[in-house]
Amino acid sequence: MGGYTPHTKSEIASMLGFLGLSSVEELFAAVPPALRLAGGTGLTPGAPEPDVLAHIYDLAATNRPVGRDLVCFAGGGAYDREVPAVTRALASRSEFVTSYTPYQPEVAQGVLQALFEFQTLVARLAGVEVANASLYDGAAALVEATNLALNATGRELVWLSQGVNPSWRSVLQTFAAGTGHVVVEIPLVAGSTHWSSVVPGGPVAQGGAPGVVVVAYPNYLGCLEDLGEARALCDRTGALLVVAFDPICAGLLRSPGDWGADVVVGEGQPLGMPLGFGGPYLGLFACRSTHVRRMPGRLVGETVDVDGRRAYVTTLRAREQDIRREKATSNVCTNQTLMAVTAAIQMGWLGTSGIAEVALRSARGAHYCRKALLAVPGVEPLVSAPIMSEFALRLPLGADVLIERLADKGFLAGISLDDTYTDARRDGLLVAVTERRTRAEIDSFVDSFTKALR
Amino acid sequence: MTDPEEMTHPEKSEAHLCAGGRAASAPLLGHDSEPTLFELSEPGRRAWQLRTTKVPEAPLEQLLPEVHRRGAPPALAEVSERDLVGHFTRLSHRQFSVDLGAYPLGSCTMKYNPKVCDEVASLPGLADVHPAAPASCSQGWMALLVELEEALCAITGMAGATLQPAAGAAGELTGLLLMRAWHEAQGQPRRKVVIPDSAHGTNPASVTLGGYETVTVKSNARGCIDLEALRSVLNTEVAGIMLTNPNTLGLFEEDIVAIAEAVHEVGGLLYYDGANLNAILGVVRPGDMGFDIVHLNLHKTFATPHGGGGPGAGPVTVSRHLASFLPGPRPRRVDPGVDGVGARYEWTTPQRSIGRVHSWHGNALVLARALTYILVHGDDGLREVAERAVLNANWLRKRLSGTFDAPYDRPCMHECVLSAVSLKRRSGVRALDVAKCLLEEGFHAPTVYFPLTVEEALMIEPTETESLQTLEAFASACDRIVARAGTPEGAAEATEAPRTTPVRRVDEARAARSLVPTYDTRR
Repeated sequence: MGGYTPHTKSEIASMLGFLGLSSVEELFAAVPPALRLAGGTGLTPGAPEPDVLAHIYDLAATNRPVGRDLVCFAGGGAYDREVPAVTRALASRSEFVTSYTPYQPEVAQGVLQALFEFQTLVARLAGVEVANASLYDGAAALVEATNLALNATGRELVWLSQGVNPSWRSVLQTFAAGTGHVVVEIPLVAGSTHWSSVVPGGPVAQGGAPGVVVVAYPNYLGCLEDLGEARALCDRTGALLVVAFDPICAGLLRSPGDWGADVVVGEGQPLGMPLGFGGPYLGLFACRSTHVRRMPGRLVGETVDVDGRRAYVTTLRAREQDIRREKATSNVCTNQTLMAVTAAIQMGWLGTSGIAEVALRSARGAHYCRKALLAVPGVEPLVSAPIMSEFALRLPLGADVLIERLADKGFLAGISLDDTYTDARRDGLLVAVTERRTRAEIDSFVDSFTKALR
Repeated sequence: MTDPEEMTHPEKSEAHLCAGGRAASAPLLGHDSEPTLFELSEPGRRAWQLRTTKVPEAPLEQLLPEVHRRGAPPALAEVSERDLVGHFTRLSHRQFSVDLGAYPLGSCTMKYNPKVCDEVASLPGLADVHPAAPASCSQGWMALLVELEEALCAITGMAGATLQPAAGAAGELTGLLLMRAWHEAQGQPRRKVVIPDSAHGTNPASVTLGGYETVTVKSNARGCIDLEALRSVLNTEVAGIMLTNPNTLGLFEEDIVAIAEAVHEVGGLLYYDGANLNAILGVVRPGDMGFDIVHLNLHKTFATPHGGGGPGAGPVTVSRHLASFLPGPRPRRVDPGVDGVGARYEWTTPQRSIGRVHSWHGNALVLARALTYILVHGDDGLREVAERAVLNANWLRKRLSGTFDAPYDRPCMHECVLSAVSLKRRSGVRALDVAKCLLEEGFHAPTVYFPLTVEEALMIEPTETESLQTLEAFASACDRIVARAGTPEGAAEATEAPRTTPVRRVDEARAARSLVPTYDTRR
């Protein structure tokens, strides 16, 4: 094994002597002998770092990363966005990487202030007053938002737009088994949530008044829905409105808060995190200040120290599991702090003009790419609603087949849509374009796409 | 036998002079507070640079209907790259970390994080893979995840795993939903989950979210589960018990076999909270103790690292009869190939799966770090980790037994819980003051006031990566703090510590009373 433990043989002997023991085995006297492992775990013996690195390199070599190998047109909540050297360098500073939850604020002002800045930036993007210090991922943020809303309204019914990311909906259903919440999914029609299907007389089963209405902006198909309808539905039923937003698209789009969202959730990966095969990402959670005492997880607040200097500290701690135990607002403890710090750095790098520019370039690329792909014989728009930087197509063949064919040509063509969106034919393809896609890449993609359909 | 290494005696009072884990020499240039990013902002300044794309520059009006457009771009901050680097570097100088010095925060396993794992996590072949890439483009990742699942099963003595949970608490809730699904499949849904009074707060919070009622069982005078008290609450309404072993007092639950028998007898399941797994790596496996469901905290045990409060990873391993309930999709090796060459992997969802618990496949880059750590250590190295973690904790327990009270004065595992009750009675100096004095001495403080069952608790987990010299320096610092508290002036000074840190004690009541959670909320 590696040289990570400092003990010399003589030190071990001296320490055992100090304890009045003659062997290391005696340290484990409390473990019943019959339970102790006689033959080891069966793992291989430790290997030097270079050997292990060689093995990991071998594994990595059988992956096909985006970049030179695969030009990325896949999104679905994970985007190939520009991450500059400065974000990676600052976010990998070991003071941020190797510390833990700021339980001792006097020696944790670095992480605390970075989180305070993160909370401010996320709240500004979301258009509501307050954001927390992060949750695991977009799905976790959605689950916590519905828990908050149902606790606030004392109801148990969720009206969930199928425009919300299918994985997030699946996670919400999983956790509803524990909370007993009832999740009713509302279908999309022509790319927008068909809310009228849940009003009296509509086709979706009723179950009383909803405590929460959830809608995505843009939605999973990349479409921009009129959130006024969802807001009006909430006003009529007394439900809270949860909007799942994209932090980069928010650079151009009307903010969820401006549309009247009570809680805003999102996936923060586009704010400086690598694709990383899906994690670690960043759950964004923001809400109206009226709900701050029901918020899940850590919240950093500004205060002063005994000398009157500005200082930061985790606050409203009485909401949390280590204080409130079974009555806590959430069970979350370890969150995604390093990702929140990364996002704060990335938002600092982007700034006011940069986030708008990234959003604009993505929208331009997507509209350019969509128009060209719709000119390919046999390709049709899946839905008609306006889009931002991601869009859905109906193909003349199964999407999985096309994705494999285009992977052979060096493109990650998109994501195959499940039968929620396309019935059993599985011919729906979700394509994302980011600010990193050049006209040459898009043109070449369209060319290969055309050939792959022949 | 002669050993060339120079003997170091714990009695040496000057040992702290050469301790690598003491951070009191960390340079700080001043006591000004760091302005926020918003105060550094100057309109018109920028850091961003983007690729030249040559995509036609369609006007915004043609792209987005007006109803969807913002009036003005969101005000973030406007800084140069140089300002950005200065700001976050200065913030990093206001932050204690494992790399800076010893961090004996009990229950959190703040061990040294090998740098090789950082390199693994930044490999383009891992970091730049899209999570929705088809299996044909992510075979290496799937192989890595399967290898990690198998290693975690070997370490815990279990049959199947999910790597999806993003942290310990997510693993707990996943485990409880597995418990729920299993009982429902037996046609016997149950209502209650038993936890000991010394449990982490996440346990009861997860129990509530799992749809169960918490039944708390008290510990006995030896700091372990009171077997009779446990038996008195066990019945067919009990879905299971959540246990940390060694428990949060750092003590091994000696009656674990009898506990397992009693819980299984009423049809309940045993859940192992892996917070303290570091103590028993390669020594004893949860599966052999009778546990059915285990979660691991990879950021603790496998040093992935902690990231200022995350990301973690909280995989769950289960015994054979629970494997078909695991979250999906899971990576599966469908063809082992020949000597690993030509192996093939697919995604599969277990037959009776509880469903997804993560947007994608879990905190994948954290998982890659954990596998690296496990492979470098191997069977022998992991056992050595446990041995030295337990050695360090016991050495410190004994070394400090005259300095603080030892409510459970017997050998511990990877951490020890001491108490400042006598100190407080003598001098008014509390565990909190001791913690603050330690910051001034260049150490991170231990966990204080936890577990809740010990008054004025100081929960100390040195981990295996701190040297004897650092342990001695830490103990000497504790001695000095207690000695200084012997005079009224010294005691008064202790309540005013720390003085040398970037800020001094902060007004937590004010933070909660007049809440300022964002820069825009400031008055």
